[in-house]
Amino acid sequence: MAYDPARTTAPAATNLPEPIKETPSQTAGPFIHVGIMCATAGITPPFGTDLTTNRDLPAGEKITIEGRILDGEGAVATEAVIESWQADRAGSFARGIWRRAASDLETGIFRIETVKPGTAPDTGLAPHIALWIVARGLNNGLLTQLYFAEDDLTSDPILALVPEARRPTLIASGRDGTYCFDVHLQGPHETVFFDT
Amino acid sequence: MSDEPLQPRDWSWHPASDFPAYRSTRLRAPRQPLIAIPEALRDTGGPAFGHDLIAETDADLIINSATAGESAIGERILIHGHLLDEAARPIPDALIEVWQANASGRYRHKRDGYQAALDPNFSGCGRCMTDSDGRYSFRTIRPGPYPWPNGGNDWRPAHIHFSIFGHQFAQRLITQMYFEGDPHIAICPILNAIADPRAVSQLVARLDMAHAVPMDLQAYRFDMVLRGPAATYFENRPEGA
Ligand SMILES: [Fe+3]
Repeated sequence: MAYDPARTTAPAATNLPEPIKETPSQTAGPFIHVGIMCATAGITPPFGTDLTTNRDLPAGEKITIEGRILDGEGAVATEAVIESWQADRAGSFARGIWRRAASDLETGIFRIETVKPGTAPDTGLAPHIALWIVARGLNNGLLTQLYFAEDDLTSDPILALVPEARRPTLIASGRDGTYCFDVHLQGPHETVFFDT
Repeated sequence: MSDEPLQPRDWSWHPASDFPAYRSTRLRAPRQPLIAIPEALRDTGGPAFGHDLIAETDADLIINSATAGESAIGERILIHGHLLDEAARPIPDALIEVWQANASGRYRHKRDGYQAALDPNFSGCGRCMTDSDGRYSFRTIRPGPYPWPNGGNDWRPAHIHFSIFGHQFAQRLITQMYFEGDPHIAICPILNAIADPRAVSQLVARLDMAHAVPMDLQAYRFDMVLRGPAATYFENRPEGA
């Protein structure tokens, strides 16, 4: 190509296709903590605020969700990150609650401290918490929903879409405010994942 | 809008979840199909982050972890672009977080055992908010390609990881940005889990001479798109909505 001085100041064309499409997903990889929870990576945070931990919890019944992400051979992921989104105790998503947690680098256990969600009376939906999971080996983030064993789940329209035998993968039982929720990526107890 | 209907994801545009050449997918990709939640039953909304939580230097990876008066080693670059939705509308006030290896291909992560040197002036973490026109930019150094354990002689193309929030949790996306002309792109199993070459091309930032700062920074343009409104909703929406 001949030297063309105009090319030294030419603006780049966009990388977007025509028609425009959603940016393709890529795996979060094993080092996601560097970007979103850098203290976990062993970095002295260069930022003044920690976006993961600086959010106040609204009023409600305090609960903890505790779990692990397991692969098809039962091995525990130790580099996954889990984000949750839920209604507040009155069922409002306008005042929804977001949390972010990492699997412990040694044990793989993640812990989300939140309040029990409510449900708006007209929806027929049982209280639930959406969980979005990213990790090495996941090319796309996975979305699942946690339901509470003590609630009436018989008429929930989303659970009704799930084959009965797989519903237990979405239901957590609590003890003293701590709910256990292991996520099985594969296997006989593969957790139900959703497309929204 | 934090509660408008969204059009369904086109999974054929995204990487295959189970892609044997990327070995970690073998035991991690779910085997059962996803269950679709009808739009009317979908949870709306998502977290908002205030501009006041983010400092300007958070988006300057060249200096945000450097000793005063020093800076990170590597090719100095500007990464910039627009964040849009699928209706090509800018997404303002959206949080973007990035992470990357240093110029030698090493992450500042206690788990990264690659023998390449760490740079005491570089952490590889950055974040910013899009402005009112959906624009974002970072100053950083170009990361190095690095080898990774995948059973063979596998090297990642130089890349920057992006975590993007829209205004709805259902728009949440994590992706990676690559560099125009990198010969590792064609032989990367992670990238090639994407079947459509146009979708691969969408992840490749373009050299942007017009935004280079002479004698200072080379520039790359990387536009990003999050899920947008369902077509019927967008076409029939009331004027001004
Ligand atoms: Fe990486």
